[in-house]
Formats: sequence, structure tokens, C-alpha cells
Amino acid sequence: MLSKIKLFLRGSKETNRSEFDSATRGLISPMEMRSTKARLSYWVVFIVLLLITFTCVFPVYWMYTGGLKTPVGMLKFPPELFPAQPLWDNYLRSWNDLNFPLYFGNTVALAAGSWVLQILISTSAAYALSKLKPFLGNVILFLFLSTLMVPAMAYLIPQYLTIVNVPLINLSGIPRWLYDWLPGGLAFHVLPDGRVTLLDSWWGVWLPQAASAFNIFVMKSFFDEIPQDLVDAARVDGASTFQVLSKIILPLSTPVMAVITIFTVIGSWKDFFWPYLVLMGREDLTPIMVALFRLTNVQSFPQPINIVMAGLAIASTPPIIIFLIFQKQIIRGIVLTGLKG
Amino acid sequence: MAPNNKSSAQLHKPGGQLFLHWWQIFQRNLIAYLFLLPALLVFSLFAWYPIVRGLISSFQRINLIDPPVWVGFENFRLLFIDPNFAVAWRNAGYYTLLGLLIGYFIPIILAILVNEMRHGKSYFRLAFYLPVILPPMAALILWKMGLYNSDWGLLNMGLKSLGLERILWLDSKQWAMFSLVVFSTWANAGGTLLLYLAALQGVPAHLYDAAEIDGANLVQRLLHITLPQIREVMLIMFVLQIIGTMQVFTEPFVMTGGGPANATLSIIMLIYRQAFSYGNYGVASASGFLLFVVLVIFSGFYLWLTRKFSK
Repeated sequence: MLSKIKLFLRGSKETNRSEFDSATRGLISPMEMRSTKARLSYWVVFIVLLLITFTCVFPVYWMYTGGLKTPVGMLKFPPELFPAQPLWDNYLRSWNDLNFPLYFGNTVALAAGSWVLQILISTSAAYALSKLKPFLGNVILFLFLSTLMVPAMAYLIPQYLTIVNVPLINLSGIPRWLYDWLPGGLAFHVLPDGRVTLLDSWWGVWLPQAASAFNIFVMKSFFDEIPQDLVDAARVDGASTFQVLSKIILPLSTPVMAVITIFTVIGSWKDFFWPYLVLMGREDLTPIMVALFRLTNVQSFPQPINIVMAGLAIASTPPIIIFLIFQKQIIRGIVLTGLKG
Repeated sequence: MAPNNKSSAQLHKPGGQLFLHWWQIFQRNLIAYLFLLPALLVFSLFAWYPIVRGLISSFQRINLIDPPVWVGFENFRLLFIDPNFAVAWRNAGYYTLLGLLIGYFIPIILAILVNEMRHGKSYFRLAFYLPVILPPMAALILWKMGLYNSDWGLLNMGLKSLGLERILWLDSKQWAMFSLVVFSTWANAGGTLLLYLAALQGVPAHLYDAAEIDGANLVQRLLHITLPQIREVMLIMFVLQIIGTMQVFTEPFVMTGGGPANATLSIIMLIYRQAFSYGNYGVASASGFLLFVVLVIFSGFYLWLTRKFSK
């Protein structure tokens, strides 16, 4: 959480220099590169770097191919680059044995819910702060941003206590049929005295994530760039406040929405600790990473190592694919915000 | 154009506020606050309230069964007499130090080298970033079960085939912390490397050209141009790494469970135990509050650094 602050501190300076592969030169000039000695050392460094990338790439490759081997074949040394008889069935077995469809579904639901809430909350708040400029707007913005200063891990316990017993809210006067029908993870528990607990409910994961000052800040800085004249012109033409948002601001904001969407989806996919805590009592609602964590408990989930590897490979594939598709946007986002995936 | 239209345009200009009727001002603010309402609600309940609650519950006895009782500094007293408290903070210090020793310079060196490459730059970037793309949980299990396992992990199989003694990567006191730091470096260096690469791209070419004309050799250029130019990012990364490692949790939680013999017990792991194993949420809050104070000092330093540099 804390690294996110970097965005609003580094400001626009980094924006101008974020483009990779610009036609700048490095330490070594093109002239110097012409000498044989320079060329030779260049290629030596090149090969050394190539070998170092091997330590990053190989474990991942080994994980994917490990899912095709027998348990014994997996742990051979030197490792087989590719098994002579690939056991494609392992992936299918892993998919079924580790109950992937359920956990994938849960992860998608958690990501979708977080996305909807985050977009709704951050666009409306950013619109109000950027274009409607209410009384005390700057104070509110400051209060939003100040939450970025507090490291999330340090208020883990009070955050948890809040979920256990949501303050201010009491549903004792509200008829049960209004919320009783909510299925699965959408359901939440109401204590006999009307207090609400979000433990074992997806709301307990969604709502704290929705309080994202980072998103509001990114959105607001983007909205600030949209000329006020455009908004005024629409108002003159009789557009309501909501129409200005939906017809003018939002259509112009697709790039920033895309960035927030990508980061929300990847973030939800990788999320482990908070869903683990909140959904402790409802294994059937947990996302994929919590399910993977249970694999490490060998006593209760004895699985052969090759099946585990296949499972890890399956769970790692969506973020890798998302990254490969949106590489440009993600890298720009990381460089701009210092937020690492 | 009708004069009527013109005046309504004036009304909505920010500068035109003076001419607005008080009712319109009220209405405008009302609408703005309606748009802010969802955010205000969510922040009040799930961000501002917990932050304040963190301070309050540090002074309460909370077990989720009885109502909270005010106990003054009792939680802090209990905390300080718990031998694990010192162990956790010492481990955090050790982890941070080891992390800086092993992990701090690697991305800097790699970024400088990658930036000089004329071939395969995008491959290098992608390859170094691959561990960061991997979900941390998958990477942790891959290393724990596949590489670090003492009996049949790939690393020990390699040592065995070389005729060397096996190493208890995660199961021995002297190696466990080191293994965690190596994993963290592997898993995170790529992200930092990208930031350094961006900073290196921003070093103006004319500086190098000028230095060359003055006869500066490669090492001189590195020391007097490259490093000073990325110094601010280096300092920021330094502080951020400290803030990050103080909050480490998932790595020891998944890989070692804090063991062996508490050798990798981190501060957050201790908080987790105090709350969820012993049901002592007050002591856990007090623990979190202390961590919060220390981290805020670092963040303040970080803010000061970034402010200083952005001038």
C-alpha cells in the first residue's frame, strides 16, 4: 500500500521520462562500440545477463513442465528439459482434484465485485472532487490520501475487528427478507441484536478494498486534465451533473479505467492474506490463492508433487496472459506509480 | 446568441460563483456530496475508523467474546515481557539487513547492464519481470516444495549430484532467513529493476557526450554521471525496501511458519499469532501500533526525501 504514494509525490517529472526504448544513448557511445575489445566485452556481458535471466525463467519453466512429469521424474538432477512421455493428464487431474472450477469461480467473483465497487466509488468521488469542487473538498482529498501513509499491515487487527463487527450499522429495524435471499458469498450474517458481521462473506473482502485512495487519486488527476470548458459547455446545453459524468467524463477516461481495471484484476488474483483471514470459516468461498496455500498443509491435502506443480502452473497462467496482453499499459503503470503488479 | 444563455454559462464558471444564489450553492454542494457519499461511507467504516480503532484497541482487552475493557498500558507491558517480541523485532532487523545486502544492489547492477544492451532488451525486461508476474503464493509454494525441500528439492538434488552435503534451506536456524531473503530477492527484484531502468532512460545523453569529450572513461562516467543521476531513485528504493521488509508476512508464513525455533518469526507473524492463535486482539493491536509508529517515521523520511528531490 505504501509504495503507492510514490505516484503523487513523484509527480509529472517521471511522466516525461517513462517511455522505454527512447533514442537516448547509454554509458557506452556508438563510437566506442566499434572497437573489437568493446564488442567482445559487450557480448560477454550479454551472455552473462542471459545466464542470469535463466535463474528467473527456469524455475517457472520447470514448474510448467513439472506438471507433465512423474513425481520421480520431476526431481531428477540434472532436470529433464522436457519429459520423454509428457503426462498431459496431470493437468486435468490437478484441475479436478484441486477443485479448480470452484476456486476460479470464487476468484472471478471476488475480482468482479472489487472492480465494480472500486470503479463506482473512485469515479464518483474523483468526479466530485475534480469537477464539482464542493466545500471542504481539499480536506476530504487530504483525508483520503492520508490513508496511503498508514501501512496496511499495521492496522490489520483493527481492520479485522471492523469486519467482525461493522460499526454504526444496525439492521435490527430492517426486515430480514430484504437481505436473506442473498446467495453464497454475497450473504452476510446479522447478529440477533442487529449488528452486522462480514466474516465469511465476500463483502468483507470487497468493502475494505473499495476504500482505495490510490484509485481516487489516479482518477482525480486524470479528470483534472479534462478541460473545465467542456463540462461548462455541456451544462449550458442542459446536461445534468450525472450526464456530464456519463456522457463526457467517462468516455474520455477509458485509458485510466483500463489501468485501474488491470491492476484490480491482477491484484484480486494474487490476493491471499486478507481473503484467507476473512473467509477462514468458509472454505467453499475462498479464492484460488487461499486454496493453493492449503496445498502446503501436506497432512490434510496429500497431493503428489507433480499434481501440485500442475496446479501452481494453472493458477499462474491468467496473470501471465494478462501481463503479456497489456504489457505496455502495465509497465507504464508500474513506472508511473511504483506499484509492482 | 440570447443573453439568457450567456448568463447561465457565466453561472457555471468557477469564477462566476459570486453571482450564484445561496440556494444554488447549497444545491451544488449537495449534489457533489451525493457523489462523494459512497467513498465517504466506505472510507469511514473501513479505513478511517480502523486506523483510529487501532490506537484505541491497543489499550483494551479484546477477545471477541466479552465486550472490550480499558486496561491502560497493560497490553504494552504484556508485549514487552513476551520474549518473542524481542525475537520478532531482531528478526525484522536481520531480515532487513540481509535483504539490503543481498537484494538492494542486484537490481541496480542488472538495470545498468540491461540499459547498455543493444540486443534483446525487451526479452531481458520480460525475463527479469517474470517472477513478479507470478502470483506470490504460487512462487512461494514452487520454491518451498520444489526447490528448497531438504529431502528432494531441486537445490539439494543438485548439491547431491555434485557430491556435496545437503543444506537444510528452510529447516535450519542458520539457513532459513537467508533462504527467505534469496526468495524475496528473486520474487521482487524485477519490479525494482523496471523502476531503475526508467530512471536510467531519463539520464540525458548530452551528459555522457560531454563527459566523453572531456576524456572521461567508462568507470568515471558510471561514477560521476550514471549513479548521481539515479541517486534519488536509489534512496527512495532504499527506504521503501526497509518499509517493505519490516512488514513481511506471507514469505515466513508460507515457507517456515516462523520457524525453525522462531528463527524467521516476523513482526506481523507475531501479531497474527497474538490475535488468531491466542485470541488476544488488544496485545496484537498494541504490537501493530508500535510497528505503525516505526513505519511512519520511515515514511516521513521517505516523504521528506521525495519532496526534496521533486524540487
